[in-house]
Amino acid sequence: MSVLRPLDKLPGLNTATILLVGTEDALLQQLADSMLKEDCASTLKVHLAKSLPLPSDVNRPRIDLIVFVVNLHSKYSLQNTETSLQHVDANFFLGKVCFLATGAGRESHCSIHRHTIMKLAHTYRSPLLFCDLEVEDFRATMAQRLVHMLQICAGHTPGVSALNLLSLLRSSESPSLEDL
Amino acid sequence: MDETVAEFIKRTILKIPISEMMTVLKAWNFLPENQLQTINFRQRKESVIQHLLLLCEEKCASINDAALLDIVCTQVHRHKKIWDVFRMSKEPGDDVDLFDMNQFKSSFKKVLQRALKNVTVSFRETEENEVWIRVAWGTHYTKPQQYKPTYVVYYPQTPYVFTSSRLTRNITLLGQALTIASKHHEIVKMDLRSRYLDSLKAIAFQQYNQVFEIHNSTLPLQERRLALDSRIIHENRVEKERVQRITQESFGDYPQPQLEFAQYKLETKFKSDVNGGILAERKEPLRCLIKFSSPHLLDALKSLAPAGIADAPLSPLLTCIPKKKMNYFKIRDK
Repeated sequence: MSVLRPLDKLPGLNTATILLVGTEDALLQQLADSMLKEDCASTLKVHLAKSLPLPSDVNRPRIDLIVFVVNLHSKYSLQNTETSLQHVDANFFLGKVCFLATGAGRESHCSIHRHTIMKLAHTYRSPLLFCDLEVEDFRATMAQRLVHMLQICAGHTPGVSALNLLSLLRSSESPSLEDL
Repeated sequence: MDETVAEFIKRTILKIPISEMMTVLKAWNFLPENQLQTINFRQRKESVIQHLLLLCEEKCASINDAALLDIVCTQVHRHKKIWDVFRMSKEPGDDVDLFDMNQFKSSFKKVLQRALKNVTVSFRETEENEVWIRVAWGTHYTKPQQYKPTYVVYYPQTPYVFTSSRLTRNITLLGQALTIASKHHEIVKMDLRSRYLDSLKAIAFQQYNQVFEIHNSTLPLQERRLALDSRIIHENRVEKERVQRITQESFGDYPQPQLEFAQYKLETKFKSDVNGGILAERKEPLRCLIKFSSPHLLDALKSLAPAGIADAPLSPLLTCIPKKKMNYFKIRDK
């Protein structure tokens, strides 16, 4: 299967699976470690991938949330994300996809403009989070946030669904983005 | 002792940090051990220098002794200079002569003295079969300039010579002296330059690819990491292994020689996928200089693909640096 679909598998019992997609393995690994340190009622599973499509011969659980990690210092990272997005089914973009931009703190090293990534996130109607993953404290906070999002996307939080969350997040966006 | 000699010795010793002074002075082997013991290195540097100058005065240090001290200091701080590499070659029909150190030294000195009359030439041999040569340049009418010498490191019976690259005027003369003294026919400058003399040596003699037993220690660490958390699954394991394999094939398991930069001078026509554009319409080649710098360039290049910053395999222009013994490239269209 070359396209990831959100509901083509049955969920595991009390399991929530997140897929982190990004070129820099070390960053993904660190983020995964931080997420697993969080206290969470559900069983967490973190899948790390450099790009999509994923290898088809593997038996993997249903993916509840995809996070595309883009390093603003590297055009290669953005390119990789753009090609990977083509392998994600449209139904995923109803709250189960999120973009995470890292490296915005070091402005002089950034080769991708903030607006480029904001436009990408806007095109795919998905939330964009900024976090310098290399800083441990920021990473821990982001990990906490992602765990909460993951629980909602997996349906483990009663009363809130992924689509609810998406509309909640979107209303806090500044109106200038609508002009892009 | 001549005033200029005293001044020269003083300035040379000033450059040595106190912690290294004893080692350097012992290696110089001009002042005897018992005299060195009388120096109190804990006092201020000026007092130490005064004491040393007094001892040198008593022993009537000459300019040659001072030059030897300069060589010792440079040997200790060799990374403070940038080294060029030259390669000498013999005529195809030449015999392999036996190398005579004394004959080499006298021949080298003669060539320089005949051309310039005023030069200070000093030699220092080390155990690693290398000879360090220091040349202070003068002319027929001026005394040698002791504060801007050239250092040459030569390995007898090999074609390679390393020079500290401050040469402009006297480079041909130096080349001549080296080829005549070592009984070679021709000398050519290689496109290889770095501060790290030992790395240049390793590249020139292709000695860097020796694998030591130590690298086994990295394996258990990797396995430990993956086993740590079974909740983390790497989807692209096959791809990761491919990248590791290709990186190992290009760079090997051994520690890389240390270089600080690689420079590519492009004189190629601009090629673009997009039709049109200002640059694509030029008939002349585009001139462009690309320089990669790093405290340890080859290590950095080796870690690019595993870190996910670049695709594997890397461009052969980057991976060929130690094999081709070059870090300056000129690229033209074929």
